[in-house]
Amino acid sequence: MYPILEKRELSPSVKLFVVQAPAIAKKCQPGQFIILRMDEAGERIPLTIADFNRQKGTITLIFQEVGCSTRHLGRLGAGDSILDVAGPLGQATHIEKFGTVVCIGGGIGVAPVYPIARAYHEAGNKVISIIGARNAELLIMEDEMRQVSESLHITTDDGSKGRKGLVIDPLKELIAAGEDIRLVMAIGPVIMMKSVAEVTRPHSIKTLVSLNPIMVDGTGMCGGCRVSVANKNKFACVDGPEFDGHEVDFVGLMARQRMYHEAERIEREAGSCSCHH
Amino acid sequence: MPSLRHKMPEQSAEKRRSNFSEVALGYTADTAQAEASRCLQCKTSPCRQGCPVEVNIPAFIKHIKDGQMDAAIQEIKHKNNLPAVCGRVCPQENQCEKHCVLAKRGQSVAIGRLERFAADHGQTHDNGAHPALKESLGKVAVIGAGPAGLTAAGDLAGLGYQVTVYEALHAPGGVLIYGIPEFRLPKDIVRKEIDSLKQKGVTIEVNAIAGKTFTIDELISEQGFDAVFIGTGAGLPHFMDIPGENLNGVYSANEFLTRVNLMKAYQFPATATPVHVGKNVAVVGAGNVAMDAARTSLRLGAENVYIVYRRSEDEIPARSEELEHAKEEGIQFHLLTAPVKINGNDKNWVTSLECIRMQLGEPDQSGRRRPLPLEGSNFELPVDTVIMAIGQGPNPLVQQTTPGLAVNKHGNITADEAGFTSKEGVFAGGDIVTGAATVILAMGAGKKAAAAIHDYVQGKKARNHG
Repeated sequence: MYPILEKRELSPSVKLFVVQAPAIAKKCQPGQFIILRMDEAGERIPLTIADFNRQKGTITLIFQEVGCSTRHLGRLGAGDSILDVAGPLGQATHIEKFGTVVCIGGGIGVAPVYPIARAYHEAGNKVISIIGARNAELLIMEDEMRQVSESLHITTDDGSKGRKGLVIDPLKELIAAGEDIRLVMAIGPVIMMKSVAEVTRPHSIKTLVSLNPIMVDGTGMCGGCRVSVANKNKFACVDGPEFDGHEVDFVGLMARQRMYHEAERIEREAGSCSCHH
Repeated sequence: MPSLRHKMPEQSAEKRRSNFSEVALGYTADTAQAEASRCLQCKTSPCRQGCPVEVNIPAFIKHIKDGQMDAAIQEIKHKNNLPAVCGRVCPQENQCEKHCVLAKRGQSVAIGRLERFAADHGQTHDNGAHPALKESLGKVAVIGAGPAGLTAAGDLAGLGYQVTVYEALHAPGGVLIYGIPEFRLPKDIVRKEIDSLKQKGVTIEVNAIAGKTFTIDELISEQGFDAVFIGTGAGLPHFMDIPGENLNGVYSANEFLTRVNLMKAYQFPATATPVHVGKNVAVVGAGNVAMDAARTSLRLGAENVYIVYRRSEDEIPARSEELEHAKEEGIQFHLLTAPVKINGNDKNWVTSLECIRMQLGEPDQSGRRRPLPLEGSNFELPVDTVIMAIGQGPNPLVQQTTPGLAVNKHGNITADEAGFTSKEGVFAGGDIVTGAATVILAMGAGKKAAAAIHDYVQGKKARNHG
């Protein structure tokens, strides 16, 4: 069992857990993820490690309640335990001094981009961050991101915080202003990562994206997380989760992510899931 | 005229196609004793040569014949840590039973069924008495709680080692849990076998991913293990690299079976993991895994389930019993047929499998006649689910993070017959060494490695004290 030591509500639908998991905390690096299963009937859910404390033996998980499983998970609190947490999984982010690095987080994607931005910052890079959300209420980790960034740009779809618009707007301006960007790291909804890659492609700015496809085991066994990168099949769990954004087949990825939409509807209508009531 | 071998009572094909309960129901005590009486108790006991874990077959059969069921299971357990599993999924017809003197008449003693009978008797009549642990001879880590690892762990614990098994998934058992379906191997049976290993003193840590949560070197240098056995199996699914393989509705057999067996997707939405099974399902391949995926699809409500296999029935690698069961249940076979393309609709879902007819040419390296496409014979099989069951490769996580561990060009760990690898104190066996094979061969490898580890650790201790 993996005890939840602390719970915070970052927005009504976004929850943060600090979880006791010493073996994972000892090993994890920015860019890696874990798989948890909250109880006997639960799904195996992949979540990026948003932070870790090696001394305390804790990892921080941030997730958005989108379906039955995550809503169910969101009802747990400090003092409860998660049945299974396995990791760290996936390849760690390659960290070195590149120069100017732009870190982009959209929605819940700010959580995984934060430890990466911090590591780039600690490696001596000039980190410019752009974070965005649908509205002010859904914007997370602004303070944390500010601390590790030379400058921080905020966008919201409705203009309720920062500027009204998309995360690619400040990115376009940085490029237009002649900022010498050596690397862009973008994590968020697939459509956002796709649009970031389209903005940087004509300028040949190296762009990394972190993918979160449907996954079961997270160790390469199921092949469910396969994604086409440079027209070759890769498994996001062992080859990724980060890939060159200019080579990812985002359209295929978006289609695969909808694979269980019908099943999720059945689950909601059956009312069998314990988050239903 | 010698008596015929006793039939295995089974659920009728009509009934079982819609449930996940075990197909084969097991012998009664009377039937088991009658079958055991058929054994000639020949002095040469050729059956034993065919058993990778060297069970004293005539001895346990004699105990059953005499009605001494406790003695029978004790005799088996002397060599086999997972008898209830082996009695169900071993390819007995190609092992012990093949060598039986009575096999010449096609009526070998039903050794596998008798093993299952004895093991099930043992599970339901466990008297709870277990030998006290001996003084520890040393500490051994086992990577992977599948057939190879569990066997090695059981043998080492029996010898007096402190054994910890590390398993990446949340439940031990490996392919016995995530792969083989409930109707062929009930999970309760596997759990009981594993419980009996725990009672022998084996510690099992789940959610522990070798190569990620810890490395092999750390186990030796920081955790103080005297030796490590790697039994991580073949867990990386192969795909065909044909167009359309990433469409929705295309699964690897691993993913499909894991969702159903390990995550209990057949109880969805009472359980949270869904699985998609359409009306028409094509399973590519014809091994035991393919039969499992096909029969599972049927039980999940598919109307037409096809096995698509590029060779002929003679080359089908699945056990004959599994093939017969599949046929009885109504699985349809497209033999000498190879997929060339998967077609989908505008929503990215599978609509059909485009296939080409094959004919058999000259024998290839495997000794089997090579399948060759018949140009222009393409046809479309309308399906909404495709399951790729064409084999698995080695999982790379351990190899990638263990410097000095030699691997071959396929990524399998290089190890000798006894399990010695290129790295001091590190042993390996089962599918991770040989490539995908059977449960019993993996168990045989685990057994040999346990003996080698014992020699190695005691040799090292003697040198250190000498």
